[in-house]
Amino acid sequence: MLSYIIRRIIQAIPTLFGVTLVTFIVFNVVGGDPVYQMVGKGAGQKEIDALRRELGLDRPLYQQYFFYLKQITTFDFGRSYATKQKISQMIKEGMGPSLSLAVPAFFFGSILGIIISLLVALYRGKLFDRLTVVLSVAGMSVSVLAYIIAGQYYLAYMSGLFPISGWEPGLRGVPFLVLPGLIWVIVSLGSDVRFFRTVMLDEINQDYVRTAYAKGLGKYRVLFRHVLKNAMIPIITRLVIAIPFLYTGSLLLENFFSIPGLGSMSINAINSSDFPVIKAITFIGALLYVGGNIVTDICYALADPRVRLK
Amino acid sequence: MRKSKSLTQKALTELGRDKLAMISFAIIAAYILIALLIQTNLLNLPIHDTVGESYEKPSWAHILGTDIFGRDVFIRVIYGVKISMSIGFITTLIAVPIGIVLGALAGFFGGRIDDFIVWIYSTFSSIPYLLLLLALALVLGKGIFSVYIALGVTSWVGICRVVRGEFIKYRERDYVTAAHALGAGPLRIIFRHILPNVLPLIFINASLLFVSAIKAEVILSYIGVGVQGKPSWGNMISDAKLELVGRGVYWQFLGATCAMFIIVLAFNIFSDALRDSFDPRISNKTKER
Repeated sequence: MLSYIIRRIIQAIPTLFGVTLVTFIVFNVVGGDPVYQMVGKGAGQKEIDALRRELGLDRPLYQQYFFYLKQITTFDFGRSYATKQKISQMIKEGMGPSLSLAVPAFFFGSILGIIISLLVALYRGKLFDRLTVVLSVAGMSVSVLAYIIAGQYYLAYMSGLFPISGWEPGLRGVPFLVLPGLIWVIVSLGSDVRFFRTVMLDEINQDYVRTAYAKGLGKYRVLFRHVLKNAMIPIITRLVIAIPFLYTGSLLLENFFSIPGLGSMSINAINSSDFPVIKAITFIGALLYVGGNIVTDICYALADPRVRLK
Repeated sequence: MRKSKSLTQKALTELGRDKLAMISFAIIAAYILIALLIQTNLLNLPIHDTVGESYEKPSWAHILGTDIFGRDVFIRVIYGVKISMSIGFITTLIAVPIGIVLGALAGFFGGRIDDFIVWIYSTFSSIPYLLLLLALALVLGKGIFSVYIALGVTSWVGICRVVRGEFIKYRERDYVTAAHALGAGPLRIIFRHILPNVLPLIFINASLLFVSAIKAEVILSYIGVGVQGKPSWGNMISDAKLELVGRGVYWQFLGATCAMFIIVLAFNIFSDALRDSFDPRISNKTKER
């Protein structure tokens, strides 16, 4: 088992190395020089050169790359171009608000998705099943932005049911999170339900289900004891893969509802060409994703000894 | 003697009987036609002409009202068809060939080549998609070409994964061995023998990719790295953030959202139908287990 874990971790290193390469190529090679945008139009060549030296952009690319690798390995990402704050500090502060929106929304959304798909499996082919399919496909066809804009305008601005935007730490912040959370759930429900439904229907046609019915077990017992357990494997895989991406929250939701998390931070960084911030957020996102994948694989290996041999 | 139908023919006949799928197909065709007519200037839309006051409500003369500069919103929504279809089309045109070639090479040859290609796509898939997309659009500069390239470069991974999986499955089949024995080279086997079997899956994934490109355009436009100076649906939807509050101007938002909803829905339904009629799992399932 231990050797499997070690092997998985070693396998992850090239991927992370690849991520550093991609982010470096995007920002330092293609992106090139954000200095002109930073100094404004009236700046002289001297100022530009000075700023470039300060940011280390005058050095050859390979040196810039090694510098970037050093930053990553020490988790010290330098300072933001725009706010001059330490990036590691910014990320630490932004993670809380992001998770306070993402975790409950993700949790309730997934549970709701699973419940609906179980009901669909129960009533497959009937009106409820068809209605769910129609609604989820229709729901998936609307732009995320349309949900957010319409939700914020009609439910918060016009009707006053929810605060329009804002964030506060602790329990006082809960009212602010309800509407963005609700929109999150609605946006993700369509594709979730469709996926879960396919999984459930795949399972329902299996031989063991027929056997269970033949033994004389009731509908609900078969569904909850047999089908759900087997269906959980693909469902959990899908959910676990999504978890690392929760840390950036939802870029758009945070931006619209003024939640000071990593999502709004990313958007601000993009608007002000704040490359080091985006690089850091991207890299940490990838790190979490790779880490999450290793954990998933280890869980599989624990559950199923055959996996370890591969 | 009558020739028996091939699997593809059977699948296509089945697809033809599916009314909903055929309606969706007609809608897709209509959108493509509109896009082509605008592109070739056969349909010349006066998108910049002022036709009335600023923010006129929808009326019979202008069924979706007018925008801030008094331009007809309906005409601009129709022009948005061209922008969206071109984004979907060019993104697909960039991403699908990359996905097919890399996936086919990885799956067919295995070994070092496979390791290398898997490394590339696992790198891409571990980077948060939206961040990479926005970053790429940002560094490439504003405008529609950046949108094409950013979307194209970030969306090949799914197709590559699918194609690789299929090639791994097919490379051991008897007909491939037979082709080897007859002296067919690897390129011939990949493109002439195996690829046609993978095409239905590629079509399904390409149409999903088309849809996600159209949807991504809206987000790019909202962030400000999208299409500039042209009436794209993304621009119209993002404008609503300012237009709704205080003024209650909903028509640009409604028009663009509906136009997008219809085509995305059509693509979703059509690709579902495509999957149902081509997916051998549905009929072979019991055999495998």
